Amino acid sequence: MKVTFTVNGTRRTVDAPADMPLLWVLRDVLDLKGTKFGCGAAQCGACTVHLKGTATRSCVLPVSAVQGMEVTTVEGLSPDATHAVQRAWEELDVPQCGYCQAGQIMSAAALIARNARPTDADVDAAMNGNLCRCATYLRIRQAVHRAGEIRREEPRQADAPAPAVRRAASRTTGRTER
Amino acid sequence: MSDLDTAAPPSATPRLGRRGFLRVSALAGGGLLLATYLDPLGAAAQALAPSGAADFAPNAFLRIGADGVVTIVAQNPEVGQGVRTMLPMLVAEELDVPWREVRVEQARFDPTRYQGQFAGGSTATPTHYLPMRRAGAVGRAMLVAAAAAQWGVPASECETAAGVVHHRASGRQASYASLASAAAALPVPDAASVPLKDPKDFAIVGTRVRNVDNHAIVAGRPLYGIDVTLPGMKYAVFEKCPVFGGKVRTANLDVVRRQPGVRDAFVVSQGSSLGTGIDGWSLEGVAIVADTWWHAQKARAALKVVWDEGATASQGSAGFARQAAELAGQPPHRTLRKDGDVQAALARAAKVVQADYSYPFLSHATLEPQNSTARVQDGKVEIWSGAQAPQVGRPIIARLLGVAEQDVTIHLVRGGGGFGRRLNSDSLIEAAAIAKQAGVPVKLLWSREDDMRHDFYRPAGFHRFAGGVDADGRLVAFRDHFISFGQGERFSASAGRSGSEFPARFVRDFACDASVMPLGVPTGPLRAPSSNGIAFATQCFLDELAHAAGQDPLAFRLALLAAEPVDQGPPPNAAGQRPIVFDAARMRGVLELVREKSGWGTRTLPRGTGMGVAFYFSHRGYFAEVVQARVSRAGQLTVEKVWAAGDVGSQIINPSGAEQQVQGSVLDGLGQALAQEITIERGRARQSNFHDFPLLRLKQAPPVEVHWKLSDFPPTGIGEPALPPVLPALCNAIFAATGKRVRSLPLSKHDLKWG
Repeated sequence: MKVTFTVNGTRRTVDAPADMPLLWVLRDVLDLKGTKFGCGAAQCGACTVHLKGTATRSCVLPVSAVQGMEVTTVEGLSPDATHAVQRAWEELDVPQCGYCQAGQIMSAAALIARNARPTDADVDAAMNGNLCRCATYLRIRQAVHRAGEIRREEPRQADAPAPAVRRAASRTTGRTER
Repeated sequence: MSDLDTAAPPSATPRLGRRGFLRVSALAGGGLLLATYLDPLGAAAQALAPSGAADFAPNAFLRIGADGVVTIVAQNPEVGQGVRTMLPMLVAEELDVPWREVRVEQARFDPTRYQGQFAGGSTATPTHYLPMRRAGAVGRAMLVAAAAAQWGVPASECETAAGVVHHRASGRQASYASLASAAAALPVPDAASVPLKDPKDFAIVGTRVRNVDNHAIVAGRPLYGIDVTLPGMKYAVFEKCPVFGGKVRTANLDVVRRQPGVRDAFVVSQGSSLGTGIDGWSLEGVAIVADTWWHAQKARAALKVVWDEGATASQGSAGFARQAAELAGQPPHRTLRKDGDVQAALARAAKVVQADYSYPFLSHATLEPQNSTARVQDGKVEIWSGAQAPQVGRPIIARLLGVAEQDVTIHLVRGGGGFGRRLNSDSLIEAAAIAKQAGVPVKLLWSREDDMRHDFYRPAGFHRFAGGVDADGRLVAFRDHFISFGQGERFSASAGRSGSEFPARFVRDFACDASVMPLGVPTGPLRAPSSNGIAFATQCFLDELAHAAGQDPLAFRLALLAAEPVDQGPPPNAAGQRPIVFDAARMRGVLELVREKSGWGTRTLPRGTGMGVAFYFSHRGYFAEVVQARVSRAGQLTVEKVWAAGDVGSQIINPSGAEQQVQGSVLDGLGQALAQEITIERGRARQSNFHDFPLLRLKQAPPVEVHWKLSDFPPTGIGEPALPPVLPALCNAIFAATGKRVRSLPLSKHDLKWG
């Protein structure tokens, strides 16, 4: 069937089986490889995208269900990967293998968009569905808090409802901390 | 409208940046589709042949262009252990260039240029610490020589700093970029002859350097095997017999070929281990090739295969446990080590403790399921995969496809987790075989269920221990009858051990015996292989002995480590190389450090809360860990905190990465201990996904403090040795909290309620 929806701000029409999960439409039809396959059963969160701003597991979501909706993937979180969460992830050197991190980042971005001052319990609730096999959890937790700080320091729209697209003034460049 | 309306689709504006191996091109289709493919071969191999006369490329690891760009090659596979950052740091350090100016490129697998392109055994640091530094130092020496020649001064009067050669006396200076062309014309000195920096002068090594791929990772760029796309590529699934080693009898291929999107379906039957030496694995199954992976996967619902399940269908975890109990009561098949007379020592000990320990099969569960992409064309084979050991698969693929080994090119693509799983080349071999038969490039991707049910599992293990303490509370006798898998003198893969593991050499009357039972289930290394099970059993049993001796468990261990060893370890081999021998002084060092940092014995803990300690030596690394755990009266377990102290030599090359590896290993071990188990039933794995093989989740992750004990030994690896001690430390903490002794894993099978 033909399904039309908005991906990262651009309208797309795809011709795909109605039950094809959004994950595979994104990856293999639209060639957006940032969203990852981990379990196919909404167990691990590697496939997390935003559906109208809400963190959603795309591996179990039939593409027919997103007709007319707005989907944001990690590639669309910011034009140059400088969303507060992405910056915090780099700053705190979160990734090990990195495979789960797109999903982690999408869950964190949805949290920060609605609550830029999350408690540890808020982080637990928002992030517990995202598995990290390398167990980078300690830095993930720190980075979510740091992302909240960055968001609060940003000059504008700290309380904007949608986690969609922001252009940050600058990003951390140095890769060596002294 | 949103900002995105004015922005090009994200992957069309890549920051090709540091690697530049990602090629992006627009396709037809309304400007909608983007074709990306990974081309590490082009970037790594071509770049290193000097692309212009001005380029300076004295060896296979570095290149400086006249434009000043410094390119350093990462030669080893990256699966999350940080080696793509760590090895280039060593080169950059001795080359003496600012890290921020370095671009890192991934080498393809090329044994003619690189030694040890392998991700296993925590070997990258000990193997490459000096060679990588020398590679950089050669470059620096030649740039200095070029400057000295230009200025007519002795090279010994020149210094370098941050990519610039200085001659202080005359105040002259020249950038590496300006010297690259002249240096390129000089003879390359012998790497062993060039001076290396004094470690106290290190400017990069020893600083917290972030993962070089962070930006690409957080941006969601295609980096992993699963992201590889080739022109004309189709997607494949491979249905294997649920029983290990089973064969296809018949399959309804005609029905499958009629499913939507399916291009082809066929049986692949090679039916042997293909020289992998691993029991229970064979290249055998039904391949479905389709337009998208989803089409291929969905067509499996229509696939009906009649399998010849074979002999392994009679095997199972319950049966293994029964056999192990029988074997434990019989004379051992063989003795791995024997000192003194353990039977006599047990007979005269003041107290004797006997206990049986066991641990289950485990899956690696890398978050990126196994996958490989293969193209077979004109007698040449190309594979893209997150392989940890490309050298294992390459000769097998060459034999299988009837091509010369050098005609099999393996591109090393970032792996979404390794943990030993990708040391096996099964997905590479399968993809090559399927691509050849399909006649098109193929990306083979396993489902999570495939991945969990067709692993090379960490083998289960069983131990029957007996230990004796004398009236003064000293350990005087220790016996371990290890029941494992294998045939005759041969252990199944990663199911073996040596007899020399601690407390061997530190107890005068000691025996380590082994018996084996046959296994048709494929097994293989999982992070800290063999140690990850033996540490649990041995360090928990030592805890039992400490309590029997009426001693503090940490003090008991320190005393044991202070005992005079019965020998100095095995003699050198014929080549004069000494095997790695456990150094008790180094272990005492980390044990004392973790005692101090954790406040061991200095706090009064409430009932139901306890601290446990354990240590282990593996992969050249010394780790002692303390766990503080709380158990509610109802039996609910919470790990409150972990302290880890490690000695991996004189230098922590990248403290950020090293801390990550230790924290990750510790949390990995906790996840295993809490609830992980693969159960074999009728020759197949019962678990299938994360609902029944749970990984640790964020909520369960306690703080993990990491402390280093620097020593005078060469730096060694950190991917593995921090894992083994945490499992026994946790179980010992549970004993301290509840009085309940856990002798088998996982903990989810134990009732921990108390009071």
